[in-house]
Amino acid sequence: MNKKRKMYFRMITASLMRRRSRMLIALLAIAIGATILSGLVTIYYDVPRQMGAEFRNYGANMILVASEESFTLEDVDQSMSYIKQNELVGVTPYHYETVRIHELPVLAAAMDLEQVQKTSPYWNVDGDWAASDGELMIGKTIASDMQLGVGDSITVTWTPSAGDAEAETTAQNEDELILDNEMEMTITGIVETGGSEEDYVYMSLADMETLTGTVPDLDIAEVSVSASGADLENYKNAITDNVDAVNARLVKRVTASETTVLSKLQALVLLVTIIVLALTMITVATTMTAVVTERRKEIGLRKALGASDQSIRMEFLGEGLLLGGLGGILGSILGFAFAQAVSINVFSSSISFRPLLVPITIIVSVVVTGAACMIPVRSATDVDPALVLKGE
Amino acid sequence: MSLLELKNVSKIYGDLHALDDVSMKVEKGEWVAIMGPSGSGKSTMMNIIGCMDKPSLGEVLLDGVDIARESGKNLTTIRRDKIGLIFQQFHLVGYLTAVENVMLAQYYHSIPDEKEAMEALERVGLADRARHLPSQLSGGEQQRVCVARALINHPEIVLADEPTGNLDEANESIVVELFHKLHDEGTTLIVVTHDPEVAEVAQRTLVLRDGRLVKETVNDHFTGVIHYND
Ligand SMILES: Nc1ncnc2c1ncn2[C@@H]1O[C@H](COP(=O)(O)OP(=O)(O)OP(=O)(O)O)[C@@H](O)[C@H]1O
Ligand SMILES: [Mg+2]
Repeated sequence: MNKKRKMYFRMITASLMRRRSRMLIALLAIAIGATILSGLVTIYYDVPRQMGAEFRNYGANMILVASEESFTLEDVDQSMSYIKQNELVGVTPYHYETVRIHELPVLAAAMDLEQVQKTSPYWNVDGDWAASDGELMIGKTIASDMQLGVGDSITVTWTPSAGDAEAETTAQNEDELILDNEMEMTITGIVETGGSEEDYVYMSLADMETLTGTVPDLDIAEVSVSASGADLENYKNAITDNVDAVNARLVKRVTASETTVLSKLQALVLLVTIIVLALTMITVATTMTAVVTERRKEIGLRKALGASDQSIRMEFLGEGLLLGGLGGILGSILGFAFAQAVSINVFSSSISFRPLLVPITIIVSVVVTGAACMIPVRSATDVDPALVLKGE
Repeated sequence: MSLLELKNVSKIYGDLHALDDVSMKVEKGEWVAIMGPSGSGKSTMMNIIGCMDKPSLGEVLLDGVDIARESGKNLTTIRRDKIGLIFQQFHLVGYLTAVENVMLAQYYHSIPDEKEAMEALERVGLADRARHLPSQLSGGEQQRVCVARALINHPEIVLADEPTGNLDEANESIVVELFHKLHDEGTTLIVVTHDPEVAEVAQRTLVLRDGRLVKETVNDHFTGVIHYND
């Protein structure tokens, strides 16, 4: 039996190897199908990751606002304890304050300068990001209005309001002028976003504390979480319910569209995959039909030599499946390259290799090729050996 | 009992009688030549004997079994087990080497055995061409591969339909020489030929015309006397 099986493989490999030019077309059809298949499936699974990252590029998907007047960093920390550590991309607490630069009032945002790069990665900073210790960034509008540039030193002035506890002690005497707080700061960068962010100046919370002499209360905190749908909703509710000082809100517009666009994209990829599979099947069936037709004589000869219909079917099926396997191997290699190229060009990030996709691609192309071979292989046995061998 | 007996066999296509009421017997170990003009029904008869076609009328007894009544599947089995075929157009599988082509017949018959296949090629003088593809062999060499393939399963009857039709004289005599060897070993041979030289080395020559058996000649090689019994 072993010798028989050996001869079987010897025959089908000989058919593929020694009839290379014919089989190459079939192989090409299968390989292209498998390439697109494995490529699209890779993209299908990578799209959420890619698009998720892409959407997070457009800012936070949750914000924390004060339920009363304001909240503190401790409240932020407590809120974040309800979000899985590996899903938390960044959280930026903000404190807003009106200050004056060159006697003109501007809005200053004090925040965590490291975290803001995660929650607002789309900020384009001309120059360097500010660190603490007297460094600040200014919005592009302010820079052009006040004709300020990177490297300029400016004086930031803050006037305590009359209602402040600090102000009360400073102005014990009605006659006495309320003293301004002043701080020398250096501009390290100009913030460009194309949005209202360009109307602010930005400094660290520590510098704000130095300027105002008080620990700044927080007005809002922007949170970027790599979760969507129900998960995100759960986080929002957990924070709102458990942290008294804070109400969490989802930034509706972005998170909602993130989900719909994703599912639409995935549906599209799925549809294309199915179409490609069908096309591959048609091409393989056509090629195999041609292969069978062209080999009618050989089939007749095999029958004359005593081949049963079953064994002829097995031989053509074997060739088809071998082609399918080869095409699948080729396709899973090329498919990864294809997905990688798409990913780099469209999402500008590389994708991870999915080892499981290799056997899946091979199995699918073997099955598809096998199915595509069924019709031509069936007709292969219709050949009448006497007619075929009559010769011409 | 004769190895092969045709009883009133006819093959009718529409109103054409390709074979018309043919009766004949072939004994075991006999060497029979079949001659006749083109279209006289020689190939039709060979296809029927070779279990590749069925007669419209009559009985074809091979080893006592009426193959005219057998199903297609049984015919395949009978052909595989009892018959070796040699064709005018050689008919080798183009992508298999000489030895693989011989092994193909073993494969369908029983179990392929490369050593045995090599021995068969040796017998036809092609041991050094065993690894060549048919396209790398001359016509005569290809036909010798076919002879080796027809012999490999030790068939009861070897049917050859114009085996030398596409060969030059040198190759023709090689093939005829091989038939001599087969005959000496006791193989039953039925050879269709246009060539009188190929026909006269057989023990008996049957002549067909318009589907009818019109003449039978016994060639007595020992006495040199040729008996005609019309
Ligand atoms: N499948 C078929 N359908 C119709 N007619 C056929 C068929 N096969 C053979 N014939 C006819 O039967 C007759 C005998 O054909 P056959 O092939 O047996 O001749 P042949 O003696 O082998 O001739 P040649 O020497 O040219 O090979 C011919 O007239 C042929 O046209
Ligand atoms: Mg003929």
